[in-house]
Amino acid sequence: MATSTNGTATSYIERVREPRWLNSQDAEVGSYAVKSGLAQMLKGGVIMDVVNDEQAKIAEDAGAVAVMALERVPADIRQDGGVARMSDPNMIEAILKAVTIPVMAKSRIGHFVEAQVLQALGVDFCDESEVLTPADHEFHSNKWAFKMPFVCGCTNLGEALRRIGEGASMIRTKGEAGTGDVVEAVTHARTVLGEIKRLQHLPEMELMTAAKNLGAPYDLVLEVARTGKLPVVNFAAGGIATPADAALMMQIGVDGVFVGSGIFKSGNPAQRADAIVQATTHFDNPDIIANVSRDLGEAMVGISSNELPESEQLAKRGW
Amino acid sequence: MPLNIGVLALQGDFQEHRAVLESLGAAVTEVRLPHQLEGLDGLVIPGGESTTIVKLAHRWGFPDALRQFVDEGGAVWGTCAGMIVMASALLETEPEPLSLMDITVSRNSFGRQVDSFETDIPVKGVPGGPVHAVFIRAPSVQDQGEGVECIAQLEDGTPVAVRSGKLMATAFHPELTPDTRIHEMFLRLSAGEPSPV
Repeated sequence: MATSTNGTATSYIERVREPRWLNSQDAEVGSYAVKSGLAQMLKGGVIMDVVNDEQAKIAEDAGAVAVMALERVPADIRQDGGVARMSDPNMIEAILKAVTIPVMAKSRIGHFVEAQVLQALGVDFCDESEVLTPADHEFHSNKWAFKMPFVCGCTNLGEALRRIGEGASMIRTKGEAGTGDVVEAVTHARTVLGEIKRLQHLPEMELMTAAKNLGAPYDLVLEVARTGKLPVVNFAAGGIATPADAALMMQIGVDGVFVGSGIFKSGNPAQRADAIVQATTHFDNPDIIANVSRDLGEAMVGISSNELPESEQLAKRGW
Repeated sequence: MPLNIGVLALQGDFQEHRAVLESLGAAVTEVRLPHQLEGLDGLVIPGGESTTIVKLAHRWGFPDALRQFVDEGGAVWGTCAGMIVMASALLETEPEPLSLMDITVSRNSFGRQVDSFETDIPVKGVPGGPVHAVFIRAPSVQDQGEGVECIAQLEDGTPVAVRSGKLMATAFHPELTPDTRIHEMFLRLSAGEPSPV
């Protein structure tokens, strides 16, 4: 039987979904426990966007827990416009060969064939991502159909629980990718954590209506109300550009951080990557954060997310 | 007096270990700097990304501090990445492990994430039937020195848990299941109780 622990998705998964993995006595491959378990191994770490094997090596040497392989970082996707799609398999394979840490790659929202391709390539984690152009205006991929785990973005608790209901093994708050502005990451993390606290204080008779209002599966709402946390690991993403940004998100209460354009769009990527890793581990130690923040050179230029027209706000993508 | 157990909190699933250890009555400290090892009876090196944990451990002076901790009788248990951290040698060239235990380890011994699996295995010294073991991009023990005992293996004979004195290492993650028997075994080891084996 696949079990996971201490608050990882046990009750909902066991009751609702797990039987599909239980049809053999052999060792189980790709069960929910090993999928959500990999996310647990990433906790307290930094996941870095890389566009080639050379950057992947720099990220690994700096102490990244995983790399996200993509052809263009979000800042460039913004600048270039057009349709953003899954990356070239050759490029993903080069990164899979270059590093020993887990490799993630992005599929478009609802583009389950891109996800099938990523699984076939041996990618360790699929990010069904709003940073790419959505392929479906209504539905996200059915993530239960994969032995590769998925991470999905959210801006609030209802969106997080819908993605978990679809089989996501990990959640990240969206922030606003490619801006270097941390304000949306803070907003989304505070929203999710605040809505969890609110559920904890509701009497049980109000939880069905809360589930209706959140647009979230009732079982998951019950579980969150009982445990006071999401049933899967929750990272922050979208706009984190400095060591202090990373430590801020950790102190607010996320399990780790994604840094996209912030590293390889800065003046000294290797040093900045290292500094963000140190600040994520020692998030509650301002002396260490001060030391690693010295002489990092130019941060990415950044766009204030207030100045983005709604049509360019990636966080609005996802349903 | 409860046992004082540290969890190395540089990166990884240290909170999961902490929750289990506290449920068993231990006083738990998150260890991010070497001076926090003082006064501990045992230390858990959690699952996580071994290259990250090893890099951070070197950066903050843990190799010498941990060897001293072991020399002074501290118990250490590594799970998955923790086993890699404790090894004396790896089949791979990187990273440079901390050499706390005389074992040679292969990282990602079973393949990529899509090959990760769970299965039931008996563990020597753990009463009450097999342990449900979760293997995530897991390592395995390729060679072991004198005095290191294999306490669990897969059906094909691959060693996945070892013990030597007050040191133990598991390639799987007891902190990811509700079964607390291996944590209880480590607490007995930390308390200096004689081995049941």
